Amino acid sequence: MATVKVNINGMDVQAEEGMTIYEVAQSLGIYIPTLCYHPDLSTFGGCRVCMVEANGEEVTACRAPIKDGMVIKTDTENVSQMRLINVELILTNHDQDCQSCARNNNCKLQEVSAFVGVTPERMQRLRRVITNEVKDISNPIFQRDFAKCIVCGICVRTCEEINGIAAIDFGFRGYKTTISTLGDKPILESKCESCGECVERCPTGALVVKGQVIPEREVKTVCAYCGVGCGLILGVRGSRVVSVRGDRENPVNNGHLCIKGRYGFDFLNHPERLKTPLVRKGGVLTEASWEEALSLVAAKIKEYRDNFGPDALAALASARCTNEDNYLLQKLFRSLGTNNIDHCARL
Amino acid sequence: MHEAFVSLRAEAIRKWEERQQSTIPRILVGSATCGCATGALDVITAIEQKLQETGIKAHIQQVGCIGMCYAEVLVDIIKPGRPRISYKNMTPETVAELLEDYLLNDNPRPDLALAVIGEGEVEGIPNLADEPVFKSQQRIVLKNCGHIDPESIEDYMAQDGYMGLVKALQMQPQEIVDIVTKSELRGRGGAGFPAGRKWNSCLRAAGDQKYVICNADEGDPGAFMDRSVQEGDPHALIEGMTIAGYAIGASKGYIYVRAEYPLAVVRLKKAIEQAKEKNLLGENILGSGFSFDLEIFQGAGAFVCGESTALVMSIEGKRGMPRPLPRPRTTEAGLWNKPTLLNNVKTFAYVPQIIHKGADWFTSTGTEGCRGTAVFALTGKIKRSGLIEVPMGIELGKIIHEIGGGVLNDRKFKAVQTGGPSGGCLPESKLNLPVDFDTLVEAGSMMGSGGMVVLDETTCMVDVARYFLQFTLEESCGQCVPCRLGTLQMLEILNEICAGKGREGDIELLVELGKSIIASSICGLGKSAPNPVLSTINYFRDEYEAHIKDRACPALVCKDLIKYSIDVEKCSGCGLCRKNCPTEAITGGKKEPHVIDQVKCTKCGICYDVCPDRFRAVACFTGKEKAAV
Ligand SMILES: Cc1cc2nc3c(=O)[nH]c(=O)nc-3n(C[C@H](O)[C@H](O)[C@H](O)COP(=O)(O)O)c2cc1C
Ligand code: SF4
Ligand code: SF4
Ligand code: SF4
Ligand code: SF4
Ligand code: FES
Repeated sequence: MATVKVNINGMDVQAEEGMTIYEVAQSLGIYIPTLCYHPDLSTFGGCRVCMVEANGEEVTACRAPIKDGMVIKTDTENVSQMRLINVELILTNHDQDCQSCARNNNCKLQEVSAFVGVTPERMQRLRRVITNEVKDISNPIFQRDFAKCIVCGICVRTCEEINGIAAIDFGFRGYKTTISTLGDKPILESKCESCGECVERCPTGALVVKGQVIPEREVKTVCAYCGVGCGLILGVRGSRVVSVRGDRENPVNNGHLCIKGRYGFDFLNHPERLKTPLVRKGGVLTEASWEEALSLVAAKIKEYRDNFGPDALAALASARCTNEDNYLLQKLFRSLGTNNIDHCARL
Repeated sequence: MHEAFVSLRAEAIRKWEERQQSTIPRILVGSATCGCATGALDVITAIEQKLQETGIKAHIQQVGCIGMCYAEVLVDIIKPGRPRISYKNMTPETVAELLEDYLLNDNPRPDLALAVIGEGEVEGIPNLADEPVFKSQQRIVLKNCGHIDPESIEDYMAQDGYMGLVKALQMQPQEIVDIVTKSELRGRGGAGFPAGRKWNSCLRAAGDQKYVICNADEGDPGAFMDRSVQEGDPHALIEGMTIAGYAIGASKGYIYVRAEYPLAVVRLKKAIEQAKEKNLLGENILGSGFSFDLEIFQGAGAFVCGESTALVMSIEGKRGMPRPLPRPRTTEAGLWNKPTLLNNVKTFAYVPQIIHKGADWFTSTGTEGCRGTAVFALTGKIKRSGLIEVPMGIELGKIIHEIGGGVLNDRKFKAVQTGGPSGGCLPESKLNLPVDFDTLVEAGSMMGSGGMVVLDETTCMVDVARYFLQFTLEESCGQCVPCRLGTLQMLEILNEICAGKGREGDIELLVELGKSIIASSICGLGKSAPNPVLSTINYFRDEYEAHIKDRACPALVCKDLIKYSIDVEKCSGCGLCRKNCPTEAITGGKKEPHVIDQVKCTKCGICYDVCPDRFRAVACFTGKEKAAV
């Protein structure tokens, strides 16, 4: 790709042709507020808070591509005024109770409001108008709170572009515009697969996990549900796993997860969860050490192979093991002399 | 000229002439949607009945709208050897009377007549061409409306119809585009974009498949000029689009009509069929090798779908949301990402005549920069409301006072609102402005699609701004913050001002919000939505101030700011107000002064209207006076 020269806030810089103004600014560490932009998704251009001046005209940085010789200013009076007013307008229509909001301290709207300089004096001049107070709690995992929705469309694009489901879209017109399902049904009655990708990307408290607990520390691991091996970051409080998020740095899943990997972690904290192998003693399953259990298995394998030949053995592997584990299992059994190998996820 | 066409045209002219020479009387009834709404169909039934009763032979014909809404239902009678006389405000009763008097007894009833149309004289009846309502008008795009039978392609052909197409088919596409460019035709959809530039860009765009789209969405409240063309002269639109198709190399066209225009759809469908029958549309038009098909697409009535990119999405079956910049040009990547030429109904309807008569003919009307005519739907507090076509550059005041006949009930003129919800209000001091795209924008309003609403002293300007804002607010597509929430915020503020809860600083706040919404919205809807508010603040700031500072509505409109009261000195106790008050808020004995219970009063003003002139005991107060009574 060709490089082009642009001037941004007085600095001459080179950038790749085809980049947007936002991308160039970001690569230089220049902050431009955004609400409807998300790096994983196509651009939308609806929030109008990323306005900058390019060659004397106000444009949205998230969509406008750079051009050779372009002069960009990110901090003109006009631009700041427009950004501020647009954020103020969003706040007039926002149920702002940050203290009890699940997105508190992790909220794009908070971040952008602080940056553009929202003040109580200016906000007082405006009238508050909450246009949609509906709360959709139909989904057992997450809730939709429309009084906090800023109609940025990130969820809509996520569902279509990341998950390929398109369970949700814009509905209605004018100030009544909202995110809706087919026939405006509760989300549980829609095509939604509860993958949570939209919840993950929602910039506000409009889409949040029910009963969310903020972890004290995080642990990187691999999902144990299937052989794909998505990278997970578990959130832990004490010795409890309280949250899961996708590991964006993991090349296997780039941060994406399915419903099971993201939300199916309750069993980890379950009192009846198996934590040691069980060995049947006198007809009763009894907790045993790994040493004891493995020795028993090894002895039994040897006994059966010696008495009945290697084809008396068979291995059935689990889809919940990783690829590597599965590979090793078949290797082991072939070296024991049998090809009787199967896997529960085989179709 | 093409042989088959020559004989088609000759046949059409022969039939037209034959009809002019008809030995039986002809009766033309204006029965576009406007005529039908005022009872044209009942009038037709009455005519049929009368003819049957009396045994008079006459030919009844339905025609489109001639534009004089104030005079609907219009019935024109052409007796053999007599000029065409147009009769106004016909009802089933008056029309029966008229038929008897004129057709049986040869009394042309000047008292019922509006005017003579065309040549000839009838004593006591003026000629339409000399009438103030018509004198300054010039009909190009509406020339056939109200004159021909819109359901007859032969009527259209007898008026030089399809001559433009035949001529075009013998030219190179570039030649046609050059004529359109040279005519300086500007798009009539509101923005006035030069049509030639659009056509040229589309001709040059690479692509084996191109499309022509006619924007017939016409969503502005009060605008109906595009409907009139479609209902009154559908072939002009079809011919214009076909020429466009040939010029840019498109084989398919769409007419995007709003579903609220059922009659337009019916007439267009009929016209398309007729044109196909005569091989003026469809496969291999007149043996030229050029094929062009037209399809009607009915929009679901969203104002924003009139915006070109939203319209394209709507045809593609998506939610109509204008595409934000930067985006590819519609002429290069429009419908299904193919090069697309999108123009307004009137823009296309001018084209056949421009091709037929030449670019110079078109530029001879109008002004430098704005050629041709402008069509307006003149309504509001005006004596003669209707559809008018005037040369570009005509003085605004002339439209209102001469063509429109001045303000209704001889009240005082206050403002004229042009351009519908995207436009603004201009005061008396601007009435000397020439009407064209650019001057109106400079003055803070716009031509828009052609709505023109006259407001008088009984109109509250804050309330008017609120009315238009309410419309755009509900019609916004909702995708961008300034438009979706900014207009809502402005409306909330206006609502409070009208309710007497306005705050110091609200005017400045409205201006600040308005400017920001204009600057940061995605499409023309948001970019123009604040205009009605900004222009009324600009020209009528004192009214806003009165509402906020004095809690007064000078026009006595805002209900929360006014109070009706009965003057005990003047009240004769006739009881008329008491009998008419819908909420029984008025009490008082016979011949005793009456009193209004302010709690029950809904400020409908009926008492004010019914109190006899000789007493004038009911008065309306606002502001300080209101507090005093
Ligand atoms: C909100 C909005 C509504 C519009 N509605 C119409 C309409 O009803 N009819 C129309 O011809 N143009 C309408 N336009 C203008 C179109 O976007 C477009 O400019 C026009 O149809 C182009 O045709 P022209 O070049 O012949 O004027 C509208 C624009 C906006 C922003
Ligand atoms: S979404 Fe953000 S701004 Fe809104 S209440 Fe929650 S934390 Fe606060
Ligand atoms: S949870 Fe997944 S499937 Fe459901 S709406 Fe969100 S992105 Fe779409
Ligand atoms: S739910 Fe969240 S992601 Fe979706 S539009 Fe609302 S704020 Fe944006
Ligand atoms: S300005 Fe209004 S109508 Fe236009 S894109 Fe924005 S929200 Fe939609
Ligand atoms: S981030 Fe650019 S318009 Fe929303």
